[in-house]
Amino acid sequence: MDNSDLVKSLSSAPVEAGAVTILYFARLKEAFGRGSERLALPSSVATVGALREFLRARGGAWEVELAATKPVRVAVNQEMVAPLTPLNPGDEVAFFPPVTGG
Amino acid sequence: MPVRIQTEDFDVGAEIAALRRGNPTIGAIASFIGLVRDANEGERVTEMTLEHYPGMTEKALAKIVDEAKARWNIIDVLVVHRVGTLHPCDQIVLVIVSGAHRGEAFAACEFVMDYLKTQAPFWKKEQTPAGGRWVDARTSDDAAAERWARQEKAQ
Repeated sequence: MDNSDLVKSLSSAPVEAGAVTILYFARLKEAFGRGSERLALPSSVATVGALREFLRARGGAWEVELAATKPVRVAVNQEMVAPLTPLNPGDEVAFFPPVTGG
Repeated sequence: MPVRIQTEDFDVGAEIAALRRGNPTIGAIASFIGLVRDANEGERVTEMTLEHYPGMTEKALAKIVDEAKARWNIIDVLVVHRVGTLHPCDQIVLVIVSGAHRGEAFAACEFVMDYLKTQAPFWKKEQTPAGGRWVDARTSDDAAAERWARQEKAQ
């Protein structure tokens, strides 16, 4: 198949089961060197709080910025949520510092 | 659309004129304009960059406007918030509230700003002579928003 067919087959490929899209903003985006990623959730990661712990275990900047003492806010599908909020396949999860607009 | 996110500047007079045009039930308009200052936390600020979360920002602001309309007998609300690179003296945010009387317009305008400060996903990064730094959230902003939550419980 040529390149255009490859692109077509990739863009129509089904999303991995259990995957979520994770977005990072402001200080976190800079520290992690990325604004987004797709991640297949291990079965042990069922809540927002568990996902934060899972990411923190990557070490380095992840460990520093997602430490329990850091004021990190989380939104699921563009609504701010508490740590015990459950995660579902296809969710858009965003991690960011307390907001400073206005 | 009562909520706009944009990089361009806004004209306060034109926005107020558009909001009140031809509506004889409006007796009062309260507005707030937030500006970029040239200093913060003891450092000179030469430039500020505003980042936001497209999609969530509009939803969060629309929710705040809906809540203001549910709490007070007001007629219309407009929120304009700029993003991108700004400089001292630039306008950042505009809130306009129209109503029959001033009391409700003033209260709703302050409420929208207090909630915007703590709920809408915007982040400021300042450039100072010492380099760039992300602005930290202020506990006084949380206290200002919390005040309205307490009032609702008391009612």
